[in-house]
Amino acid sequence: MNASAPVATPTQFSTAELLISVVARLLQGCRHVAVGESSPIPGAGAFLASHRSNGTMRVSALGSRTHNIMVNGSVELFDLAAQGRIDAFFLGGGQIDGQGNINLVGPGHYPATDVRWPGSFGSSYLYFLVPRVILFREEHTRRVMVPKVDFVSAPGVSAPNVHRVGGPYALLTGLGLFMFDKARQRFRLESVHPGHTLEEIQDQTGFEFDVAPTFGQTAVPDVQSLALIRSEIRREIAEIYPKFAAGLGN
Amino acid sequence: MAITLASVDALAASITDGDKLAIPKTAAGVSMAVTRELVRRGVRDIHLVGVPTSGLQADVLIGAGCVAVIETSAVTLGEFGTGPRFAAAVRVGTVQVLDATCPAIYAALQAGAKGIPFIPLRGLIGTDVLANRDDWKVIGNPFAQDDPIVLLAAIRPDVALFHAAKADRHGNVYIGRERELMMMAQAARRTVVTVEEIVDEDLMADDSSAAATIASLYVDQIAVAPRGAWPLAFLDRYALDATALGEYAKLARTDDGFQTFLDAWLGVEHGQAA
Repeated sequence: MNASAPVATPTQFSTAELLISVVARLLQGCRHVAVGESSPIPGAGAFLASHRSNGTMRVSALGSRTHNIMVNGSVELFDLAAQGRIDAFFLGGGQIDGQGNINLVGPGHYPATDVRWPGSFGSSYLYFLVPRVILFREEHTRRVMVPKVDFVSAPGVSAPNVHRVGGPYALLTGLGLFMFDKARQRFRLESVHPGHTLEEIQDQTGFEFDVAPTFGQTAVPDVQSLALIRSEIRREIAEIYPKFAAGLGN
Repeated sequence: MAITLASVDALAASITDGDKLAIPKTAAGVSMAVTRELVRRGVRDIHLVGVPTSGLQADVLIGAGCVAVIETSAVTLGEFGTGPRFAAAVRVGTVQVLDATCPAIYAALQAGAKGIPFIPLRGLIGTDVLANRDDWKVIGNPFAQDDPIVLLAAIRPDVALFHAAKADRHGNVYIGRERELMMMAQAARRTVVTVEEIVDEDLMADDSSAAATIASLYVDQIAVAPRGAWPLAFLDRYALDATALGEYAKLARTDDGFQTFLDAWLGVEHGQAA
């Protein structure tokens, strides 16, 4: 944390607002960010990053009419990714492991998994082709952060001869922020969110991870970001997620 | 060439036991009207293809025992989670699931539309999605050294079924931005469509509408079904009936609950012979 910058104190923002501001920071420098369905926080974070990019960042959000250039159904999303025209995308996971593997199908033995989740969607493809894939999952428990996923919807790393320009970039949860170290093929904990501790993250994580030498508290949203989130970002995200937008800033 | 409109039931009757049936994702226009008649008719052993995902439509068809195989990238009721009948059927093994990823469904349909037997696709290598698909193979890129790539068998559905905003009197169907419906129609042997309305203008006469229209050549049967996607949303015309979908999600958690839903949906009183 930079003590000289104007910062809001932890009592002045919600967890959603904190996560939105972290997402926006992770997207800095991107030209085109795509956001999938059921992603209100990533969507709001992308809109915030776009607002702060002086018009250099475009956002395509599935489910939006105003922020969507695609006129070929979602076929175009996947072709855009293969053409290198998407710099960042978000994926989640019912299970996420320390190598960045994600499981969107279910825990237990496939196909008769203990619970059946909707399915892998575009993950088995986009994870290979989008350079900056941000894993976003608010629930940070040993149920989610497992030693090894039971089903690989999309792998965190691939053999050297497999065509792969994309992969995990960061893992953002309700407790903290990890960056993915491609060389070490594991996550590195960068920061813990205000109100939480390193011990809590260690207790709730089923996989081993490194801790960054610069490890500290997650930077809190500055007052300008909070003002934007509560005005323009709230209006923009309301087109797709009206209930979520109504709750922002409350 | 003017078309003769069919009834919703006639569309359902044209889909027969064992057909490979392509249906679009929830946002692209789902014909719940025909789905209801399919359930009423008791069609069996359908191989569903969710393009590239499905939701309520697949869940209802699976729950009613119409489906043998489902090939899809997801079955989701949106904020209400995984399709409960899909989840239950996969767990007990009464439906075979061919898990896919969205671009693989699109690419395989594209191959079907082109009349080629397979198509390569990036990604997938090292996933359990690929590991569980006997119909997908990894080959070496013949134009490069040491570059493995996945080949997908083409998908040629027997029937493509969807709901669209309008058709004209020549049988051309307006699909707007949802151009993946065109790919479905081109890949499928037959295409049957419900529409909100029939319009008098010729949709192919003007460039701006023609580019967003499927020509009647691809379309076999059309029926008018106002609010035919209900309780799902349909473009800007009507919103999701979240109360109805929420009620479904709750009822469909159990066999008995699903039967209660079906009885009400099909308009059959409990205990009355269907």
